[in-house]
Amino acid sequence: MDDVSILGVATLSKKFGGVTAVQDVSLEVPRGGILSIIGPNGAGKTSLLNMISGFYKPDTGRVVLDGQNITQKKPSDIAALGIGRTFQNIALFSGLTVLDNLMLGRHVRMKAGVLSSVIYWGMAQKEDIAHREAIEEIIEFLKLQDLRKQPTAALAYGLRKRVELGRALANDPKVLLLDEPMGGMNQDEKEDMARYILDVNQERGVTVVLIEHDMGVVMDISDKVVVLDRGRCIATGTPDEVQRHRKVVEAYLGTSKSGGRV
Amino acid sequence: MSLVDSPKTDTLPKLVARNAATDPGGAGMREKTRGVWHTYTWADYQGHVRDFALGLASLGFGRGDKLSVIGDNRPQLYFAQLSAQVLGGISVPVYQDSIASELVYVLNHAETSVIVAEDQEQVDKALSLKDQLPRLRSIVFDDPRGMWAYDDPILCSFESVMEAGRAFGKANPDFYAKEVAKGAAGDTAMIAYTSGTTGAPKGAMLSHRNMIATAEAFVEVNEIKAGDDWLSYLPMAWVGDAAFSLGMALVAKATANCPENPETVQRDLRELGPDAVLAPPRIWENMLTTMQVKTDDASPLKRRTFEHFRALAERCELKRSDGNALSIVERLGLAVGQILVYGPVRDQLGLRNARWCYTGGAPLGPDTYRFFRSFGINLKQIYGATEATAMIACQADAEANPNTVGRPIPRVEVKIDDRGEVMLKGPNVFKGYFKQEEVTRDTVTPDGWLKTGDAGFFDKQGHLVIIDRAKDVGKLTDGSAFAPQFIENKLKFSPFIREAVAFGDQRPFVAAMIAIDMQTVGTWAEKRGIAYTSFMDLSRKGEVATLIGEEIAKANATLPDMQQAKRYLLLNKELEADDAEMTRTRKVRRKFVAEKYANVIDAFYGGENSAEVTVEITFEDGRKSTMTSIIAIHDLVSAPPVRRAA
Repeated sequence: MDDVSILGVATLSKKFGGVTAVQDVSLEVPRGGILSIIGPNGAGKTSLLNMISGFYKPDTGRVVLDGQNITQKKPSDIAALGIGRTFQNIALFSGLTVLDNLMLGRHVRMKAGVLSSVIYWGMAQKEDIAHREAIEEIIEFLKLQDLRKQPTAALAYGLRKRVELGRALANDPKVLLLDEPMGGMNQDEKEDMARYILDVNQERGVTVVLIEHDMGVVMDISDKVVVLDRGRCIATGTPDEVQRHRKVVEAYLGTSKSGGRV
Repeated sequence: MSLVDSPKTDTLPKLVARNAATDPGGAGMREKTRGVWHTYTWADYQGHVRDFALGLASLGFGRGDKLSVIGDNRPQLYFAQLSAQVLGGISVPVYQDSIASELVYVLNHAETSVIVAEDQEQVDKALSLKDQLPRLRSIVFDDPRGMWAYDDPILCSFESVMEAGRAFGKANPDFYAKEVAKGAAGDTAMIAYTSGTTGAPKGAMLSHRNMIATAEAFVEVNEIKAGDDWLSYLPMAWVGDAAFSLGMALVAKATANCPENPETVQRDLRELGPDAVLAPPRIWENMLTTMQVKTDDASPLKRRTFEHFRALAERCELKRSDGNALSIVERLGLAVGQILVYGPVRDQLGLRNARWCYTGGAPLGPDTYRFFRSFGINLKQIYGATEATAMIACQADAEANPNTVGRPIPRVEVKIDDRGEVMLKGPNVFKGYFKQEEVTRDTVTPDGWLKTGDAGFFDKQGHLVIIDRAKDVGKLTDGSAFAPQFIENKLKFSPFIREAVAFGDQRPFVAAMIAIDMQTVGTWAEKRGIAYTSFMDLSRKGEVATLIGEEIAKANATLPDMQQAKRYLLLNKELEADDAEMTRTRKVRRKFVAEKYANVIDAFYGGENSAEVTVEITFEDGRKSTMTSIIAIHDLVSAPPVRRAA
């Protein structure tokens, strides 16, 4: 762990009964970069994210954010420390509007007490305005202006994914964990999402950890790629290095020797 | 005395200075960002125009240079146009949805040296054309979003140009005032490229006199007051937007309000509740259609209430326009309706404060027109042309009528020549086409009459009536006159017909190509359990063909026998500006369509029952592909029993 990486994972393992989901995985997430985790289904990618964000407690190993050991912390504390995430199967309140979902995403940043919130005076009011401003920035950033007052249930799938990204951003994260943000999207929607991820990374300076199956996207936007297979890390490196890695080719394509794009 | 007669107020930048001096705290412009309306006072307005102008000067922009803005309506893009004019430059706004080849033509023809682009999307477009634009020196972008990845030295941000301007201003303190003072009424303020239903676009040069004097005349007729609100949502490249958002706003000290983005216009309109609204017929028709769709989805009680009061309002409106007095019961009904239906509907549409609403550019169906009037919306018609600074005639409050376009605006003289063409003279007549003297000579007579190219006449009350484009008026083989637009407009009054193209010149009868309205026909089909996948699929359904047949029969009933459409077909795609079938302001390019669909026309008159059509489709990114299909041609059986018009 040094200044170059913002998030470190060391010898992390997790077993569910007799099944080993993640075994001895170590990785360093470069500060300000985009790191992608790839691997076949059941490789342990989502389990790894769940341990980083505190949803699962690892059996062994530790997770370090900016020099602080966060392995045993609660998910809400980890969120407050600056790790935001989106979920594979969209986690939004479908009855609430886009705006309310985003405001909820900012909840951990709100400090006003119950009493002052109830009378909506002084600090509570000031805070509300400041938070709304931050949310409006995200709305503008993700071009959601016309959807503010729409219940998320009424939105198309690709838009809900975008709102979910906004919900994660609302928390002002230092590190954003994205679990298949492009799953189930068509090519246009994928391109839009890739652009948003790049902009989040470059303009807002957020470090991104991405799980994604679309290899074209992964290879295009990642600074670093980690490959998991059956719970183990089998390769780490730049997109180019990983694509040429023998074990990666085997994991994806069986024993084919094709050296082209995976 | 007109403003242009005084050397202190004879250009648009001088009016900015006047407004900033006389009403520094008044709202000059508003913009909705991050969900809130932000105001630029006249002092801010002037500050932005000054800083940006000085910044342009530091970039080497000077007298006679051209600046193009491209993007949705944003205050910065309006400021930039005025900044160019401060330096004696000319603004050349271009359509933000133009495809690359159209843009290259206009930007090269206009000799644009600076492009001010709204955002990354427009910057990408400008950068992709850079190599084809030898005169281009700078691309200025307003919204920095996503611009981190660009390092082309031709790019700079709006903010950085203003910054440079402030430094330049410190070094040259008198520069700005001197440059503004150099401007004169006769200088060209902008070049508005006409969409051109034929051939390449032409650049109409409009002087400061044109802009100011025309706005003055309009302000006079409509009693526009300082502080009146106006939503600037129509394309900036359209001369009408410049005439209102710059000309009228500066002359009357009215406030132009920029919506958040194109998708939020309807909601922003409602929030703002502007004092005046101008919209082309398409938008009024959309409003009505959306309202009908919403009504159909409402609970039975609400629906019945709406239908009852709507019928009452229309009955009373008809009675009133015939000059009959209303009964007490009717008046009582209207008062109740005001509370239950009319008021809320006006509010929903964002028209609760609108003292007047104008429709122009094309005729509006009488049903649509009557609907809005009966709901207490003061909808009137306006008639204009790019070459006449967007305004020639408009209706006064007491003279609203769906069939005419009203009287000429003050100080504008209109006459009809012996061929029936509308001609005019006045301060709104443009300076000529940029670099096209010959075309200018064909358009303006030596003694200053502008030929509009429209065929029309004055009715008994002295109101102007426009029939069609003069050059489109032809003859059927039996010698009777054939005015295609006249027929098409009757057809388009049907909510199910989005576009229609009529043929008949030198032919034995009239035939029409119809593009259905996906929204209304789609809803109609769903209600009847007719499954469809796409526009093409829907257009091929036999039931839809029958429906359109009935609609055409209804339109035919209002036309003389020889003008009635005898055969028709349903196009399997919409007419698109991207495919060059329409202009950017959505007027059919008749000649082009006739060539493209030559097969169809042959089949119409050859008596065949179908035609093979191969069309080239241009995708949004400029790629092209072709599509071949067989389209069925239908005959109109003589007058089927027509359902009563709703």
